Amino acid sequence: MSSLQFDIAHLLAGSLVLASFMMLYQDRLYALLNVYALHAGVLALSVAWQAYVQHAPHLYVTALIALVFKAIIIPVALHRIIKRLGIHREIENVIGIGLTMMAGIGLVALSMVVMLRVTPSADALAREDLAFALSVVLLGLLIMVTRRNAVSQVVGFMSLENGLVLAATGAKGMPLVVEISVAFSVLIAFIVIGVFLFRIRERFDSVDVQELDRFRGERR
Amino acid sequence: MTALSDILSQGAQMSLVLGGAPLLTGFVRKVKARLLRRRGPPLLQPYRDLIRLMRKDVVLADNASWLFRVIPYLIFAGTWVAASLVPTFGNGLLFSWTADLIAIIALLGSARFFQALAGMDVGTAFGGIGSSREGMIASLAEPAMLITVFSVAMIAGSTQLSNVAEFMGSDAVGLRVSLGMAFVALTIVALAENARIPVDNPATHLELTMVHEAMVLEYSGRHLALIDLSSQLKLLLYVSLIACVFLPWGTATADAGAGRLAFGALLYFGKLTVLGFLLAVFETSIAKMRVFRIPEFLGAALMLALLATLLRFVSGSL
Repeated sequence: MSSLQFDIAHLLAGSLVLASFMMLYQDRLYALLNVYALHAGVLALSVAWQAYVQHAPHLYVTALIALVFKAIIIPVALHRIIKRLGIHREIENVIGIGLTMMAGIGLVALSMVVMLRVTPSADALAREDLAFALSVVLLGLLIMVTRRNAVSQVVGFMSLENGLVLAATGAKGMPLVVEISVAFSVLIAFIVIGVFLFRIRERFDSVDVQELDRFRGERR
Repeated sequence: MTALSDILSQGAQMSLVLGGAPLLTGFVRKVKARLLRRRGPPLLQPYRDLIRLMRKDVVLADNASWLFRVIPYLIFAGTWVAASLVPTFGNGLLFSWTADLIAIIALLGSARFFQALAGMDVGTAFGGIGSSREGMIASLAEPAMLITVFSVAMIAGSTQLSNVAEFMGSDAVGLRVSLGMAFVALTIVALAENARIPVDNPATHLELTMVHEAMVLEYSGRHLALIDLSSQLKLLLYVSLIACVFLPWGTATADAGAGRLAFGALLYFGKLTVLGFLLAVFETSIAKMRVFRIPEFLGAALMLALLATLLRFVSGSL
């Protein structure tokens, strides 16, 4: 593989990590959704580039799915949900943005240390993609952990899934069925979460998940 | 013979940065004024201001110590040396072996340290807030700057600016995400360090937001002229640092002839014009931040720099 091809793959995967950080940094719900759409768009580009580099035409389908579902349909759906719930204000973070960013950097460093150490025999592109994918997954988890608002937790979950797709496309010879089933299960999860959102809202008049703690009698 | 030409070109560089710094500031001010549909002061106004200040008497506070009088010269010397270490039109100048990025940061850091001391020396309230705010900004901007430098130096394999510029100009660079992040981080740091708009606005004297102006409020006459000149030099330094590291095209090599050097100088002026114009456009399109937002803004720079270093490790280990 020429170094230019590798550099472009590196650039796209690196931008995906950067987009995860941008999501971590946002403190408005709409802005968070827009960054999520950007995240998915970068993912689609990255997958398309992998399809081109690996000469694997079925990956173009994955890229198309990512573009249509994740970059367009889901953000629009979430926009409408937010509008209906009337919660387009600031997101409450559990800890401050600075600390969250530091934790994020730590997670990225961790995933690189782990991935580069356990995959010395894999080829360069797959190694690098796996390292980035693990950091995107961990950052998605971090978004879910540090946000109290259920909608932003959903966004964290979706971005985590983007990391999974990146990992799947980085590994050569992953069948399309696996990717589609992952995408499909996430879509189902999204629908289920959407239903839950409205249930939580109905019950507590808020989508702050701290209300759940109080309801179970774990706090106060 | 080579020693003589080396001294000449290094001398030309030193006088170029000294003479050009007020012009760059004047240019940025002019473009900003035009964008705001004002006519703005003439391009040479900063020179006139400096000359006028030089002629005026120095008024010192009764309780100003000797440090207060020495500090303008220290700041000016440190900034000028740092600015003349950054290659402008040609690489491989006489001092290029000392043109270490870390040395430049250290020179600027000591200049800032003295400035903060001077702000507190007279004991007015404004000097105190200015110094403490400057300390807050510096404590975030310096690590970001250092880590940016580390990531650039790891890519180029050297912290010497001439080598870095030569490497960046060659084909070995390729397309790197780390470099883009380092560029953004360096830009944010440059905005913060030069008291440009989202962080500070030296054109106003508003006590809620003053940082730089509050520190130098007690200075007058030639002391103020020196401090103004050094802040203009600092702006030129950062702009030429960005030009040198990220836009190194056309910079003359070490053994270039006079014509090549002149071409490099011409291109350097072009780069300064473009970057100064972009700075003015950016400044007019953005609002001043609250002081408490600055840590987040600079934290983004720190994060980008750290991320650039980490990503560099990934591509480096393959």
